[in-house]
Amino acid sequence: MTRTEPDSLASRSGLAPVLVGRGLSMAFGPVEVLHAVDIDVVPGEVHAVLGENGAGKSTLLKLVGGYHTPTAGEIVLDGEPVHFRDSTAAEAAGIVMIHQELSLVPDLTVEENVFLGHERHRFGFVDYRSQQRSTRELLATLRTRVDVTRRVRQLSVSQAQMVEIAKAVSRDVRILCMDEPTDVLTGTETEVLFDLVRHLTDDGVAVLYVSHKLDEIKTIADRVTILRDGDKVGTFQVGDLTPTDMARRMVGRDLADMYPAKQPVPEGAEPVLELDDVTVPGHAEGVSFALRKGEVLGLAGLVGAGRTELFEGVIGLRPASGRVRKDGARVHWRHPEDAKHAGVAYLTEDRKGKGLLLRSGLRENLTLQALERFARPFTDIRKERAALHRAVEEFDVRVARLDVPAGALSGGNQQKLVLAKLMLTTPDVVILDEPTRGIDVGTKRQIYFYVAELIAKGTSVVLISSELPELLGLAHRIVVMQDGRVKGIVEGDDMNEETIMAYATGLRHDPPSVPARAEVRRGAV
Amino acid sequence: MARSEAAPAPTWRRHMRSIPWQSLTPLLGLVFLLIIGSLLHPAFLTPTNLLNVLTRSAFIGIIAVGGTFVIIAGGIDLSVGSMAAFLAGAMILVMNALARNDLEPLTIILLGVGMVLVAGLLAGAANGLAITRGRIEAFIVTLGTLGIFRSLVTYLADGGTISLDFAIRGVYRPVYFGSFLGIPYPVWVFAAVAIIGAIVLHRTRFGRYVRAIGSNQEVARYASVRVERIRTLTFVIQGVCVAIAVILYVPRLGSASGSTGILWELEAIAAVIIGGTALKGGSGHIWGTVVGAIMLSFIGNVLNLTTAISEYLNGAVQGLIIIGAVFLQRGRSGR
Repeated sequence: MTRTEPDSLASRSGLAPVLVGRGLSMAFGPVEVLHAVDIDVVPGEVHAVLGENGAGKSTLLKLVGGYHTPTAGEIVLDGEPVHFRDSTAAEAAGIVMIHQELSLVPDLTVEENVFLGHERHRFGFVDYRSQQRSTRELLATLRTRVDVTRRVRQLSVSQAQMVEIAKAVSRDVRILCMDEPTDVLTGTETEVLFDLVRHLTDDGVAVLYVSHKLDEIKTIADRVTILRDGDKVGTFQVGDLTPTDMARRMVGRDLADMYPAKQPVPEGAEPVLELDDVTVPGHAEGVSFALRKGEVLGLAGLVGAGRTELFEGVIGLRPASGRVRKDGARVHWRHPEDAKHAGVAYLTEDRKGKGLLLRSGLRENLTLQALERFARPFTDIRKERAALHRAVEEFDVRVARLDVPAGALSGGNQQKLVLAKLMLTTPDVVILDEPTRGIDVGTKRQIYFYVAELIAKGTSVVLISSELPELLGLAHRIVVMQDGRVKGIVEGDDMNEETIMAYATGLRHDPPSVPARAEVRRGAV
Repeated sequence: MARSEAAPAPTWRRHMRSIPWQSLTPLLGLVFLLIIGSLLHPAFLTPTNLLNVLTRSAFIGIIAVGGTFVIIAGGIDLSVGSMAAFLAGAMILVMNALARNDLEPLTIILLGVGMVLVAGLLAGAANGLAITRGRIEAFIVTLGTLGIFRSLVTYLADGGTISLDFAIRGVYRPVYFGSFLGIPYPVWVFAAVAIIGAIVLHRTRFGRYVRAIGSNQEVARYASVRVERIRTLTFVIQGVCVAIAVILYVPRLGSASGSTGILWELEAIAAVIIGGTALKGGSGHIWGTVVGAIMLSFIGNVLNLTTAISEYLNGAVQGLIIIGAVFLQRGRSGR
């Protein structure tokens, strides 16, 4: 917090901005997504860009990073107007971008990725030894322990993100642009990243930091520019705003009631989905718990706790053993289709990779999972269109035209589309895996209220989430997993961040005696 | 004309731009070839010549309809040429064996047709199951079966030629050379296969799943699509299409050898790609494939009719057209 104290800001306010964007506008075809936005960034400052999904944050960053050419306005670097032909030109000028989507080559090693396009040579050959040494040093400053000769494909998402960051700072960087870098990071990794950002700003690097996480902006940023629907709301000193102020300016209205009022689970509600000693090899071991009718059961844990894989195993996407009961009857789903017929739907955490056909239309995406309802035997496109109109209405998918590919939607609207697709199968158990990842506050709230609607109708929900406030705000009970095992199930007064984190980090566990097998396994990792 | 004069130029231009040129390139290419051909030789645009070319395009065309399913689902089948030769050889051997049993030629032919359809289905299923169950790349599996089928037919023919019994040949001949309403049977069959293929691809769940799997297999899997089953079925369809082509091919020459159907796989893949189907899968049309197959056939015909370019350069011209077609169709987004 010392960073936002007046004296340190005062010392910087004397500096001229290293980069100024004046009246930046951007249109894709006839649609203007950014309207005459001004922004500047001073050396040694973290300047956050805040806005809902689709507000134009990423677009603004991409203009600065040379990925797009603005349709109007100019970018001034060190007092000189510049026109970057592409991102390489921007990089040469010291503007480096860390992407929302990873831009690493999966089949190259960590070290090859870090130096991709900037290889060091010795006698005409790539100097692997020197590159490896530098990469190791770089990752050490990020406190990331990764073998630099491993392929990126073998890394976890958060490790890959750290490599991406290492790659960015390995360049001669003056302005670092970060687009929601912490989305896939754990709490500790986020801390490490913030340390790194502080080191960089101490060295005079200017940082443009796009995020939708208010607490992060409060922690790391000096100033914040808030965008709404492509317009600039304003630029503020972070110290002058509370998170609530920021949220209000971002969505243009109050967000006092983020979560719907929690309705108790009816007395004596029957269990609808029971897991008994379920094991998914390599990911989850001996997991048991039950979901009751009309309940939101939260699943907490750190990244890698095995929550996603557990449910992928349950619905037949991965091999799993153990006993699963649906409405009291033993089931064994070998394929997601079996689970679908049993009324169980799973929302993937990987919206872009596993949830949507990004280049296909909204209609094809919407009906894919329940196509049997639209084909008897020939696909009834008129009926599909009607379903799309209904879904757009019901889920408030904001899109100007219905004939665009799914990839053209903003993250929040994509998530609504996936949700609509899932609900077409009329499930009575819905497993939501990180349903609000990478989504703006307004859409999050809509999803929370939709969950409340679902359980009011008697549907039961499993909510896997890495955001504790979300779990605490929605779930009736929370199962905490660590390292593939259930460490505890909390409810009532125990539902607070401290207790959950104690379970999630292994400081606490029920039952107190952990079988020896788990110890051995952890030792081996 | 009057209307286009009245409308301001920008509107007209916008209208021109709204035409999906990229998906029409195969058709435009065909029209271009027809114009060239009619300029080169007076006999080119005669019904006899055109029907001849269409009849000859039926083999590759029918195989390519199956190939469209395989390629849209993200696969590839290199074995179709060898498979055709093997099925032709096996069909002739079976019919010859039956001929020794005093059966009616027609019965023998029907038995042969039934056998070859089942064999094609099984051959396609073998490819498909090795790929999906064995988790081996389609390219590798079908490269393997390409060799296997080719050497099997050479073995069956003992290095020579397998010839169909003369009595049967006489009865079977009209299936290739005969016609109905003035249009040769192979053209009817080609049309039927193409229409059924188009309906299955564009108007059924199966077709939708094929396209979904080709654009992102994981998304399809998570949407509870039976990905392995659908992918296997695309290879089964391919096998059946090869069998249908063989049923039309055998009466044409009445023989099969180790050199039957050489390079058909490349022509079939070329027809699919010229027709606008993406080699990496996800999107494509049957009608494009049909146009592609007909185009390839016309190239050979035009070169035969003209002395300007040697017919030995047929392959070179086809190659240029394939590359050109893909160049024109490349999406602007592809960069």
